[in-house]
Amino acid sequence: MTTSNPKRQFLRGTRDALPFLLVIIPFAALFGVVATEAGMNVAEVMGFSILVIAGAAQFTAVQLMTENAPTVIVILTSLAVNMRMAMYSASLTPYLGSAPIWQRGLVAYLMVDQAYALSQIKFEMERELTVSERFAYYVGTVAPLAPFWYGASYLGAVAGAQVPPEFALDFALPITFLAMIAPALRTMAHVASALTSVVLALLMAWMPYGSGLLVAAIGAMVVGAQIELYMERRAA
Amino acid sequence: MEELNHTTVWFVIFAMAIGSFLIRFSFLGIIGDRQMPEWVLRHLRYTPVAVLPGLVAPLVFWPAATGGNPDPARLGAALVTLAVGYFSKNVLAAILSGAATLYGLLFLLG
Repeated sequence: MTTSNPKRQFLRGTRDALPFLLVIIPFAALFGVVATEAGMNVAEVMGFSILVIAGAAQFTAVQLMTENAPTVIVILTSLAVNMRMAMYSASLTPYLGSAPIWQRGLVAYLMVDQAYALSQIKFEMERELTVSERFAYYVGTVAPLAPFWYGASYLGAVAGAQVPPEFALDFALPITFLAMIAPALRTMAHVASALTSVVLALLMAWMPYGSGLLVAAIGAMVVGAQIELYMERRAA
Repeated sequence: MEELNHTTVWFVIFAMAIGSFLIRFSFLGIIGDRQMPEWVLRHLRYTPVAVLPGLVAPLVFWPAATGGNPDPARLGAALVTLAVGYFSKNVLAAILSGAATLYGLLFLLG
């Protein structure tokens, strides 16, 4: 039995998350610019980035507010964009559920796609990690991301410079997410699940408030689980 | 565009902050260290590969930057990112080769 080494896992997490700064910084700066152009002051921009800390939901809220949507619709639609995080929360529970409540609270506050995906994939592959090592790794992944999320939001709000369209920054997010997912496609079941997710998400794109993604995700989980069961039975 | 009402903005910020936290905390908070049934765990194992590909699929196939029309540069970049990530298991290498493909194709086809 190896001894628990949370500090080492924290640094691992930080190192694994560093590439995502390439997308976090421009994305946060863009939020600062867009929100300021919509009429928000610096305090409000920072309120969003620090208290809500959810890129896609923040953009959704600002977009709807500039369209003068009713406040209830703004809030509910933006929260719907975040509903995938309930699935993240559930899938982290087997690994972090026995951590102290303050640690689980911190995990919840800091839950972003990048930290979640890195951690979930690592926890699944390295079953021997202790709960405190897992917590340290997770916090380590957010450690470089959160400060730059706040800082770049601020710079976007005060400097307000637009990134020229030739930089094609719209594609920074897809590239980093695909880079994160590709190594996780370890088995037939994972590949089938990912393909199902893509096909269903495209077919369900017409559904309101991003709910199509939730349908696609549930369908993809069922496919993954069923294929895993089938492979196990065949191997037995 | 109408002037934003700053009270409303702060109301939205706090409502979203609380709502987002509750969504994120939900299962971690309520289930805690109680054991979940095996069939649930079996499904949850696929969460990352079930959510993220669906999240990016519309951005890959119908990018807003090209008016929602499929774009060979973006499709090519997505394919290279996936392939490099799959075979190298190296996230940074996948990101860099995806970005290089994107800019290369945008330059050549642009």
